[in-house]
Amino acid sequence: MPNDATSPYATYLSHLEKGELAYQFSPAANRAVFFPRVLCPYTGSDKLEWRVSKGRGTVYATTVVHPAEGQPFNVALIDCDEGFRLMSRVEDVAPDAVKMGMRVKFRVHKPGGENDPIPVFTPEAA
Amino acid sequence: MDGLKRGAAAIVGVAESDLGQVADGMSPMDLVAQGVQRALADCGLTLKDVDGLFCAMTQARMSIVQMIEYLGIAPKFIGSSMTGGSSFEFHVAQAAAAIQAGLCSVAVIAYGSTQRSVGRKQSSAREINPYETPFNPFMPTSAYALAASRHMHEFGTTREQLAEVAVAARKWAQLNPVAWEKKDLTVADVLKSRMISYPFTVRDCCLVTDGGGAVVMTSAERAKSCKKPPAYVLGCGHGVTHASISCMPDLTVTGAKAAGEAAYKMAKLSAKDCDMVQLYDAFTINTVLFLEDLGFCPKGEGGAFVSGGNIAPGGKLPVNTNGGGLSYCHPGMYGLFILIEGVRQLRGESGARQVKKHDVAMVHGNGGVLSAQASVILGSGATV
Repeated sequence: MPNDATSPYATYLSHLEKGELAYQFSPAANRAVFFPRVLCPYTGSDKLEWRVSKGRGTVYATTVVHPAEGQPFNVALIDCDEGFRLMSRVEDVAPDAVKMGMRVKFRVHKPGGENDPIPVFTPEAA
Repeated sequence: MDGLKRGAAAIVGVAESDLGQVADGMSPMDLVAQGVQRALADCGLTLKDVDGLFCAMTQARMSIVQMIEYLGIAPKFIGSSMTGGSSFEFHVAQAAAAIQAGLCSVAVIAYGSTQRSVGRKQSSAREINPYETPFNPFMPTSAYALAASRHMHEFGTTREQLAEVAVAARKWAQLNPVAWEKKDLTVADVLKSRMISYPFTVRDCCLVTDGGGAVVMTSAERAKSCKKPPAYVLGCGHGVTHASISCMPDLTVTGAKAAGEAAYKMAKLSAKDCDMVQLYDAFTINTVLFLEDLGFCPKGEGGAFVSGGNIAPGGKLPVNTNGGGLSYCHPGMYGLFILIEGVRQLRGESGARQVKKHDVAMVHGNGGVLSAQASVILGSGATV
């Protein structure tokens, strides 16, 4: 069997480069899979489809990190409407104003340099 | 755990190494050796008797190999499962299985860490997770903080209730001569301390100390000829639900539920039969979550359960009677120390902090970010 041509992470990243939040869907389990991987953790099937999220979700859990130096910042777990959860942060709002149950929408953040783009969120209402 | 026989193996020797801040240049393996030597002396056995070895630590990739070199023995059976702080509770089940199967007759489980001396960053290799690391969570604290946030949201648990866990731990520590932090601590003190990752201040978080130790296990039959009363392994169970916090199915329910259920089933006991709980309190939320998941109170009521001195000295349920990872000692992988405390309490040798009824101890280890849970139920001679 030939080697896979791309890794799950590379595919995920190529979508982020285009401003898309991609996830996998397992037809065998009939549910979303995240983080991207080579087999479905619910069924063991290697038939995973790539899909692009509509980028809407709800804050599941949130914390404000207070670093030894610099300003406090938000870290949150976001439940996307397609049924997968990821770690991210909510921007455009004070870190302690991020509340569980808050509706949020995706945007891509490109830190530049050697750093890969990452998915961040903003309040849906904003 | 199916296949393991209730009470067939026992912990016969326990000891801590030097704790807190150890001498300059002391290595993690020096602390392991101290622990082994002292734990063997505790039960009257020698290195010549040891034919099973178990070890896990963050400062040595092949700790068991280093341990064999250091001790100069050739064990018949070795194990080095690495599940973070719960490694040693997993090792107890593995050692019990090996003893039951005749693969070894005397097993030593050991740990050592110089985390305080060398600094937290030097004591464990940083792992990069491309789906979490870019968001700069302060790990592991932020993972537990996320779980705490969710518990507060769903059940109305308060920061004051979390602080009660730290206060109870401090009160136990004040009764433990070797505890690291013994200053008086109030709920208000916890709340006004330096914020680390909301809702946790530094007082909701475990200590950063050096330390190590060992426990010695053998068959129930051989245990009878050891120096001190055996602590029988009545039940073992585990539950691993995830590795990274973003993959934890429900942040308010841990693998301790499955771990506890399996351990109770093997022990033919339930939470109400336990005279004490020694659990891994890396953060104040741990105590709340594990008391719920292990059946000491209903889900969501942990905050109320830990309040009003209920788990402190003189309270209804003694929890973390050594002062815990919050106030006694926390070298990074604390799970070995709860086994040591459970055994000492069962023997009745815990001095000022000795609990009155001491026949059954629930010992519960936690590893990773609420990831790898393992329960061990220990019992006195009256339970077998």
